Amino acid sequence: MIGTVKAKKQIPFGNDKQSGETGNMSAATEIKTALTIDEVRAGIENRTSTATAIAEEHYARIAAEDGPTGKGINSFLALSRERALAKAAKIDDLAALGDPLPLLAGVPVGIKDVLAMQGSPATAGSKILAGYRPPYDATAVRRLDAAGAVLLGKLNCDEFAMGSSNENSAYGPVRNPRALDRVPGGSSGGSAAAVAAGFAVATLGTDTGGSIRQPAAFCGVVGVLPTYGRVSRYGLIAFASSLDRVGPVTNTVKDAATVLQVLAGADPLDATSSDRSVDGYVKALSQPVTGLKVGVPAEYFGEGLDPEVRAAVEKTIAQLEAAGCVITPVHLPHTKYAVPTYYVIATAEASSNLSRFDGVRFGLRSDESKTLSAMYKKTRDEGFGAEVKRRILLGTYVLSAGYYDAYYKKAQQVRALITRDFLEAFAKVDVIVGPMTPTAAFKIGEKADDPMAMYLADIYSVAASLAGICGVSVPCGTTADGLPIGVQVMGKHFDEATVLRVGAAVEAAQD
Amino acid sequence: MSETVEVTLDEVRHVAELANLELTADELPYMQHDLNAVLGYIAQLNELDTAGVPAMAQVGEMLGNEVHQHGETLRADAVRPSLDRAAVMAVAPETDGKFFKVPKVIER
Repeated sequence: MIGTVKAKKQIPFGNDKQSGETGNMSAATEIKTALTIDEVRAGIENRTSTATAIAEEHYARIAAEDGPTGKGINSFLALSRERALAKAAKIDDLAALGDPLPLLAGVPVGIKDVLAMQGSPATAGSKILAGYRPPYDATAVRRLDAAGAVLLGKLNCDEFAMGSSNENSAYGPVRNPRALDRVPGGSSGGSAAAVAAGFAVATLGTDTGGSIRQPAAFCGVVGVLPTYGRVSRYGLIAFASSLDRVGPVTNTVKDAATVLQVLAGADPLDATSSDRSVDGYVKALSQPVTGLKVGVPAEYFGEGLDPEVRAAVEKTIAQLEAAGCVITPVHLPHTKYAVPTYYVIATAEASSNLSRFDGVRFGLRSDESKTLSAMYKKTRDEGFGAEVKRRILLGTYVLSAGYYDAYYKKAQQVRALITRDFLEAFAKVDVIVGPMTPTAAFKIGEKADDPMAMYLADIYSVAASLAGICGVSVPCGTTADGLPIGVQVMGKHFDEATVLRVGAAVEAAQD
Repeated sequence: MSETVEVTLDEVRHVAELANLELTADELPYMQHDLNAVLGYIAQLNELDTAGVPAMAQVGEMLGNEVHQHGETLRADAVRPSLDRAAVMAVAPETDGKFFKVPKVIER
């Protein structure tokens, strides 16, 4: 890896236009290990590489491997070469002057296609937004840009972030780079796959019921669910507004902490963002975990948990104990109600949020739009895929006259019980550790025809979503077949620092 | 919420109408099946006695004053530049440059 950065010495500074396709291809195949943020910055700062060369290297790898002529991973939906290379050139100018470099200087990042990025399409994985190019940057995107990141392009995802396998994208499924016949997880499948494949050093995902953490676990990368309100959602195409979060996917916990540091903080354009001060996440990683109380909930180790996943997570817990953590059993008695509660609340909010896609202001308008009401219906019928329609119908049903109290209000009450479980547990422990997913990545097509089986893939992720707490998924081993396994560390509201610290201890214990 | 809830085809049509969705004749029975499967699963929430439990609309409420003080501030009510109209209209399906255009509202 460091050898690769050194190899870039031969490419003269600012000479990106001459670096031909073949040269880049060979550079791409040379790289076996992905770069970290520190390595990118060091390379640029020491002038052993340039932001431009690093961006070109990543584009070359995408060109060689992401498409159907490569491995068919299909993680990128659109590339933003012009914007990326202009930014890289700016960073290289800074480096040439010896000016201090911003935190993410020259770091190649990808953006989930539910976030607005000026000049690039934003499809949300849906046909209904085909052709739409938002005229502004989401706050999370703007913050990455301001920190010097090089924005490579937009990443595939389940349509409107609804799915657990990335098979619901109107632009085709994403393949798991670690096992090409398997799903990468969802809905941020492209975000996790792009990092795992070395197409980007970091990506942005969004998480409503597990959509950052579950694909991170499936692809063997790190995914952070920030506390509700910690990262602005301005410019995010909303799915379920009381649940949606924006967070990073990276190869290492330190990289995740660095990106979160850039993303976190109040935003006047998002009234749900919190103006609490932001902790020093990277600094927190150097503190030992000795004495931290780690809660282990029995409810996360019950029926349906794959034995290999269980063994890997139990080994991780033993490693944390060896590192000085105090392991304590905790109870989250309402865990089994999290998935049904989630599917009432998330679909109800989605049915309302997705009413804005009507053919008037952006994206698709059906050719059959003879009258206004026909335009609405035909556009939505042609534009939305089956899972989105299913969730809009369910959400509309649970909010409709006569059913509101029985479903929506009931689910909101159970949501309060689930949140109380966590508040009570966190009165006794600093973090809670458990499996991220019941199984490792499943095969493409395996659950595509069974919505209920697919929903149960979220069984360990949705409770944290409902409670608004933070969490991280960290790789903790592989199955006998070589499929990645993820462990999740859940933490108190706004205590990302401790969650990441424990995540780093998990990472350090891996071989 | 009854344990034996069964959504009829007519109810699926009604909900689709409310949601401005036009389902094809093929889609209707599939959606009916899936809705019933999910609603049957959701019915397990009835096992819980939630009498007296306040409905939780969002996370801030559960954290008490702390988040109320810190998380829900509104921005100043001041004039600030909005998105450029031309940039917004450029991505609309149909426009006269000033307004979004839509088909006729009243059917004849």
